[in-house]
Amino acid sequence: MRKLKEAVIEKTLLSSALVTIAVTAGIIVVLSIEAINFFREVSIIDFLTDTQWTPLFTDKHFGILPLLSGTLLTSFIAIVFAVPVGLSISIYISEYAPQSFRKTIKPALELLAAVPTVVYGFFALTVVTPFLQTFIPGLSSFNSLSAGLVMGIMIIPFISSLSEDALHAVPNSLREAGYGMGSTKLQNAFRILVPAASSGIIVSIILAISRAIGETMIVAIAAGQQPRLTLDPTVPVETITAYIVQVSLGDVQHGSLEYRTIFAAGITLFIFTFLLNTISYQIRKKFREKYE
Amino acid sequence: MKENQDKIETPVRKKHKLQAKEVKVFYDDFMAIKGIDMNIRANKITAFIGPSGCGKSTFLRLFNRMNDYVDGFRMEGNILIDGENIYKKNINVEQLRKQVGMVFQKPNPFPKSIYENVAYGLKIQGIKDKSYLKDKVEDSLKQVGLWNEVKEDINKSALALSGGQQQRLCIARTLAVEPSIILMDEPTSALDPISTAKIEELIYELKQKYTIVIVTHNMQQAGRISDYTAFFYMGELIEYDKSKKLFTNPEKQQTENYITGRFG
Repeated sequence: MRKLKEAVIEKTLLSSALVTIAVTAGIIVVLSIEAINFFREVSIIDFLTDTQWTPLFTDKHFGILPLLSGTLLTSFIAIVFAVPVGLSISIYISEYAPQSFRKTIKPALELLAAVPTVVYGFFALTVVTPFLQTFIPGLSSFNSLSAGLVMGIMIIPFISSLSEDALHAVPNSLREAGYGMGSTKLQNAFRILVPAASSGIIVSIILAISRAIGETMIVAIAAGQQPRLTLDPTVPVETITAYIVQVSLGDVQHGSLEYRTIFAAGITLFIFTFLLNTISYQIRKKFREKYE
Repeated sequence: MKENQDKIETPVRKKHKLQAKEVKVFYDDFMAIKGIDMNIRANKITAFIGPSGCGKSTFLRLFNRMNDYVDGFRMEGNILIDGENIYKKNINVEQLRKQVGMVFQKPNPFPKSIYENVAYGLKIQGIKDKSYLKDKVEDSLKQVGLWNEVKEDINKSALALSGGQQQRLCIARTLAVEPSIILMDEPTSALDPISTAKIEELIYELKQKYTIVIVTHNMQQAGRISDYTAFFYMGELIEYDKSKKLFTNPEKQQTENYITGRFG
């Protein structure tokens, strides 16, 4: 009887694991089939080189570059903002803050990641953009700057929390070695601990980039819906994710070429996040070997 | 620490490099050191022995203020180096640690190149002169007998070295900043006998230039290399004498019990 119970439990656990794998595989298959159908009608070279993305207009262009530049620009702004802030927080918590403070501040920071992104989106649109407009008069109401900054706030906990874990995992013997040589706290943190924890820190940054690239609501609300190949952070752009939302919610006909564009855009996005996750997985594997 | 303690005038006797005066150490409510007075001589090797938990490592770490980072640490009394109270308020702890180097139980090279490890202490002092650094690194590695073994691999990771080599590298790293005192906390306990012999030989040579205090669990080691030995038990200094005397004819019964292996 007990054996039977064990067997049932084991099979249940196994099947739930298989369900996740099956769903992932299903997503990849659907994405690929629809994307292949799309590329039967649109050449992949046009897709990668055309500088216009106008699938819903009469003069159709299917160049992914404007969407890609929108995604990369907003993500870049987010990362440039979040890395120094997140890293400073992690160094402060790990090396300076008293133990009791560490225990309160870490969960509090992780709460930032729990705020619904739609709230962040409206925060960007209704608070950050008007605020920035007082300094930057030319700033449009939809722009990648404020969307990027707010997305940066959102990903700060990814960086600070994972980097803090990495710093905390540096053996105490190294900390003592540094102090024993006459390092100040700052020297110890930047010359010894950060380099020693670098792989964990890099992983945290890559995961944050991956999160930023896949982020949808903030950019859909605050960055606009105008595919535009530009590096100007003050004008409206459209990211891959925002485009997918726009078309999914619109009235394009199921099975049409317009409809398939979202799968082409989706697979582009998927390739990016997949690559980033693979890189971070590899780094993490190496990192684990180092300390065991 | 009270202000008036800073002003205690002690006649500085040159041979007494390190002095502890009525030192008590607490970790929260636990009293780890129960009032120790001790003078440690310059250019000698002084060994601290005693069973685990007797306070010898805690006591050693008072001399470069390494206990400052331990939660709940509190000290009473005074520690003097060359007659100066190192626990007074305005002391520069970083400067102190350049004067009082430390070698740890487990070799702990930085995850950097061999060169960077040895140059570290000089670089954090702001020294940038490349040729000076290079000479200093070579000189320090020669002092620990590591130069010939690593001169081809000076830019390779220090983590690739063997345990014994790593420990000698850690000693070289300490020597590079020219301390006058070296504290060693069981420096050979993680090493094989051959590496241990090399380190012991090195320690013996170093006493020409440095005052060395070494914590060890290995009584043969204490007997072989030290000039003076201090036996600690339960946070107290039980006996402190010339090593020859302490190991052959101890005054106290507890010391005798410990060194003959009846407990510990």
